Amino acid sequence: MIPDLGKYATDVLSAYAIAILLLVALVAVSLRQSAKARKALQDAEQRAKP
Amino acid sequence: MSLWEYANPVKFMALSGRVLPFATLLAASCLFTGLIWGFFFTADDFKQGSTVKIIFLHVPAAMMAINIWIMMLIASLIWLIRRHHVSALAARAAAPIGITMTLIALFTGAIWGKPMWGTYWAWDPRLTSFIILFVFYLGYNALWAAVDDDDTAADLTSILCMVGSVFALLSRYAVNLWNNGLHQSATLTVTERSPIDASYYTPLLICIAGFILLFITLVLLRTRTHIRLRRTRALLARGSA
Repeated sequence: MIPDLGKYATDVLSAYAIAILLLVALVAVSLRQSAKARKALQDAEQRAKP
Repeated sequence: MSLWEYANPVKFMALSGRVLPFATLLAASCLFTGLIWGFFFTADDFKQGSTVKIIFLHVPAAMMAINIWIMMLIASLIWLIRRHHVSALAARAAAPIGITMTLIALFTGAIWGKPMWGTYWAWDPRLTSFIILFVFYLGYNALWAAVDDDDTAADLTSILCMVGSVFALLSRYAVNLWNNGLHQSATLTVTERSPIDASYYTPLLICIAGFILLFITLVLLRTRTHIRLRRTRALLARGSA
């Protein structure tokens, strides 16, 4: 499945692992913050209703 | 209809809500295609071996790290000149994405550098200006977090952004200005035909498109988050008054 990366296998795989991990973390944090902000605004709007 | 209409948070929320699903889909498609193509279906380089596959992460991330700062500069200038809150919040939203891109460029560059240059790090002009840009990103983010008043924070971070732009541009042109570093000069230019073989060039372009689209998706999502948080604070302040 994984192509033969020869003697640089560790270098290439670690570069991909770190980059994908950082990108996934960024997306996950952004989605979590978005959900929290949406919920906080809904609660505040509910409370602000007369 | 003017572009400035979208500086209105209500209009921005409506437009970004419509654009986000398409941008997400396009970003995921480009990243998936480009990275799978690059990793699985490109041959080893005769000099660099399989490390050439790192290009599909390193180049797009480095390009984004510099260009995100330029986008933040434009948004900051719009804030300073026209006082549109959405532009200040968009600049704020872009900073963590820029931090991540800079980190990816630095890590992948170091990992690539060890087998090719014999070292993870050198105080080369491009590498040095990049690490300074990274520190500016951290400082920009910290300044937003440190100042309670949103408008004051936007003013201060905009000025910091203008100062940091020197290093963003320096990161871009360091290899042209000083030729005593380890880092090679720019291979991708808009004016000249690329010397990169087509078997690497096409997946690289797809990866670059994927990173740009990912940035657009995330900056829209994160700007929407900041607009909601700002609205929440305003409602809570009104309620407690």
